[in-house]
Amino acid sequence: MALLEIKEVSRRFSDLVAVDNVSFSVNAGEFFTLLGPSGCGKTTLLRMIAGFDQPDSGTITLDGIDLKNTPPEKRPIHTVFQSYALFPHMTVEQNIAFPLKMAGQSESEIKTKVKATLDLVALNDRAKRYPNELSGGQRQRVALARGLVNRPRLLLLDEPLGALDAKLREQMQIELIALQRDTGVTFVFVTHAQAEALALSHRIAVMRAGKIEQLDEPDRLYGQPKNRFVADFIGNVNMHDATVRTIGDTLTLDLGKLGKVVAPLRKNQSLKEGMSGAFIIRPEQVSIRAASEPSGDPNQFVGTVNDFLYIGDVTTYIVDLPDGARIEALLPNSAPGRAKFFELGDPVRVSWKAEAGAFLDS
Amino acid sequence: MSNHTASRIRGERLVKYSIITPPFLFLLMFFLFPALIMVVASFRFPGEFGGLAPLFRTEDGTGGLTLENYRLFFSSSNYAWIFLRSFGVAALTTVICLFMAYPVATLIARSPKKSRDLLVLLCVLPFASNFLVRVYAWMIIFQPFNMMHSRLAVIVGMVYVHLPFMILPLYTNLEKHDPTLLDAAQDLGANAWQRFWRVTFPMSLPGIFSGAVLVFIPVLGMFAIPEILGGKDDWLVGNMIKEAFLGARDWPFGSMLSMIMTITVLMLVALSAWFARKGVYRA
Ligand SMILES: Nc1ncnc2c1ncn2[C@@H]1O[C@H](COP(=O)(O)OP(=O)(O)OP(=O)(O)O)[C@@H](O)[C@H]1O
Ligand SMILES: [Mg+2]
Repeated sequence: MALLEIKEVSRRFSDLVAVDNVSFSVNAGEFFTLLGPSGCGKTTLLRMIAGFDQPDSGTITLDGIDLKNTPPEKRPIHTVFQSYALFPHMTVEQNIAFPLKMAGQSESEIKTKVKATLDLVALNDRAKRYPNELSGGQRQRVALARGLVNRPRLLLLDEPLGALDAKLREQMQIELIALQRDTGVTFVFVTHAQAEALALSHRIAVMRAGKIEQLDEPDRLYGQPKNRFVADFIGNVNMHDATVRTIGDTLTLDLGKLGKVVAPLRKNQSLKEGMSGAFIIRPEQVSIRAASEPSGDPNQFVGTVNDFLYIGDVTTYIVDLPDGARIEALLPNSAPGRAKFFELGDPVRVSWKAEAGAFLDS
Repeated sequence: MSNHTASRIRGERLVKYSIITPPFLFLLMFFLFPALIMVVASFRFPGEFGGLAPLFRTEDGTGGLTLENYRLFFSSSNYAWIFLRSFGVAALTTVICLFMAYPVATLIARSPKKSRDLLVLLCVLPFASNFLVRVYAWMIIFQPFNMMHSRLAVIVGMVYVHLPFMILPLYTNLEKHDPTLLDAAQDLGANAWQRFWRVTFPMSLPGIFSGAVLVFIPVLGMFAIPEILGGKDDWLVGNMIKEAFLGARDWPFGSMLSMIMTITVLMLVALSAWFARKGVYRA
């Protein structure tokens, strides 16, 4: 049985539907992520799980028990707030001891658990400090320690890394994964940063305007997005309007003025000839070479380099195609001493294999 | 350091001093100087028709410095009793004000931003009418209940007059509390009482402290309320001082009483500040 079950939950604020008939379940020990743009209802959903807000309809169950009549303080669920919400008048130690005290545990028990948790987040030397004497990363770790110290059934994290700079964020991501693994606590993590979601999660629910668009493992979300929104939201993608021409072992798609491409036919994709939708392909699946060099790929177009972005490990080329469309191609810079292969205006050939890319009907 | 920075810092310093000098001079003239006069006056003899005898002994044997005023204070337990009673009344008023102000301040701090200013205004609205008129109004209220000239009437009057001085600093403090802290406490298992006792209350200690000082000290010096609402037994230090200056025209004795009150209050404030620092609160 799933640990947390959200069933047909809706929440309206006057005429705005913040959460719209959402259903999903989270398994014990899972690192589950709610991913979506700002305002899509992630925090609203989290607040209902924590008990600060009630759904207008639908049920939320934990271990099979309906939480409807359980106030937040009685739920075995803790939250790590984006602002950390550390108690400013308590030391690090006292902050971490707080949930244990509230649970009425004995002094000696509290002492050992606080000590062990301080070890876990490497804050032993800061035990007697007050929150205002800590760095952002340290505060973050105190907030995590406080949420984890009495091993809740569920830890909710609302954009906990939002206030950290890029470098620290990356480091905290690694620590989060380790913490989740070491404590075995189930995490429900909220973010609008897709890279973060991909790096951390076992499963991700992509939300838009109060609805779940797709719920999948990170590699499937990236590799097999269900619709244009998900494809565009997760990673970079080239997208082109397309019409289905023929359906066989593979698909033949009509890209309008550009001509035809072959694309793989996904399992359980029900398509009809003449159906219109979008052809998508990730930049790293597109090869780029000089226009004069031939390519063995079935899909190929000649265009000119419009721009390129040198990122360090890779260079992204933006290529203008004959019909005015643009396509991005990623070239790894693994060859030593060569940062750049093509100049602006160079004629280049972009190509990809028959099994790359996909057709989306929505 | 470049010349440019050096001259900028010099300029800033000039601005700083020119802003700070007028209030500094004002306080020097009208606060420190009179306080020093009072210290000296408490060691002098009273003049024949009020005022002060000469500072230096004259040929006819009047004037000069003396410890007589202080001897008089310690020679009878009456004065000590009045002091003790005053501190008792002040402490009781402070505690009652605290208990009454806390819910009011909490209510204002938690009401929508738009209505807060209005509510604060309502709290200070009584100041718009004359203080004495308001105290006389209490007389009219007390008379039918036969409560005039009682200790209770004095306390009620004191609480009434000083309540806003407790509400305002408390509200200012409570308003700054981050509401997510209460959410966090609840989320971590704290019930309503624990949320108050472990989070709101300790964080409001600085507000309580300022409020207590703003109520306690004025109550000690207050003479109008005990005089109008209280009986002869309800006299406080303020009444004694007023009586010494205006009634007996014994300025040195009045100065001595003021001195003792000031020193005691300073000691109390220092002591409670020390406790506050040593105690639970850290901003
Ligand atoms: N208490 C409320 N009253 C009215 N509208 C609300 C309330 N809380 C949230 N909303 C609205 O509901 C929608 C979803 O808000 P929510 O805070 O859940 O978004 P979010 O996904 O967490 O966004 P972000 O990434 O910016 O935090 C928003 O349009 C928001 O304005
Ligand atoms: Mg949010």
